[in-house]
Amino acid sequence: MITFLGSLDDRDAQRAVEVVGGEAVPLWHGEADLKGVDAVLLPGGFSYGDHLRCGALARFTPIMAAVADFAAQGGPVLGICNGFQILCEAGLLPGVLTPNHTRRFICRDVDLVVQAASPWLGDRPVGASITVPIKHGDGAWYHPDAGLAELEANGQILLRYAEEVNGATDRIACVTNAAGNVCGLMPHPEHAVDPLLGSIDGRLLVRRLAAA
Amino acid sequence: MRATVLVRPKTGIRDPQGEAIRGSLAGLGYPVSEVSAGKIFDLEVDTDDAAEAERVARETAGRVLANELIEGFEVVVG
Repeated sequence: MITFLGSLDDRDAQRAVEVVGGEAVPLWHGEADLKGVDAVLLPGGFSYGDHLRCGALARFTPIMAAVADFAAQGGPVLGICNGFQILCEAGLLPGVLTPNHTRRFICRDVDLVVQAASPWLGDRPVGASITVPIKHGDGAWYHPDAGLAELEANGQILLRYAEEVNGATDRIACVTNAAGNVCGLMPHPEHAVDPLLGSIDGRLLVRRLAAA
Repeated sequence: MRATVLVRPKTGIRDPQGEAIRGSLAGLGYPVSEVSAGKIFDLEVDTDDAAEAERVARETAGRVLANELIEGFEVVVG
């Protein structure tokens, strides 16, 4: 679990990993050392104050070189919200996150529809719906038309918003790399792991990390 | 040597910032039908060689300052 300057959901993410039975190891952006972990989580927040573009500066921190090596070896990597933005800017995931077309920060539960079977989604079948909160101002995932069909055919598009939310290309909320081991999404699974707060659907995505 | 990098949203990419500004200008009665909002970066490059300043500016623009999925850039030296 990496903390960047400006991460703010790292403690929630740590707790979510523990809720599903994993052990969370704190990692620091300034060290190129993953301390032998079995999986990597990039949490939400506003690294580097979102200056330049969201995630555009955090991608050059020392630990991201280690994350790229880990991902290339097939290690599971999950990026949530700002973590997703960082992975896209780093080129570890396709596309880029752009400002919401609504011009508003959006903070609410959203329904997401499973688009492809994946270890990131446990046994949830294609077409199943899960409920996870979002909270972002720059959450519209953008990808040019060229290559989009290939992502779909490869099963790299894991979740779509059930309805129009933020202007994302084809309402896409969650994508993976071609190998499937790197996953990113704008919704916050770490905020949906405790029945006290409503949905526990977020456990699905975090469980993949704990099981690694 | 001064090198300036101009970054603009690519044509067809939604630009909520430009849309918000256009709405305000229209509200003020200005005859402006489109606004596209970009960024300007003035770099003071540690060289006296214009070609080297341009090389550094282009490299930083492509690698850091702009995301070419959604933005285009141009470089002006001097």
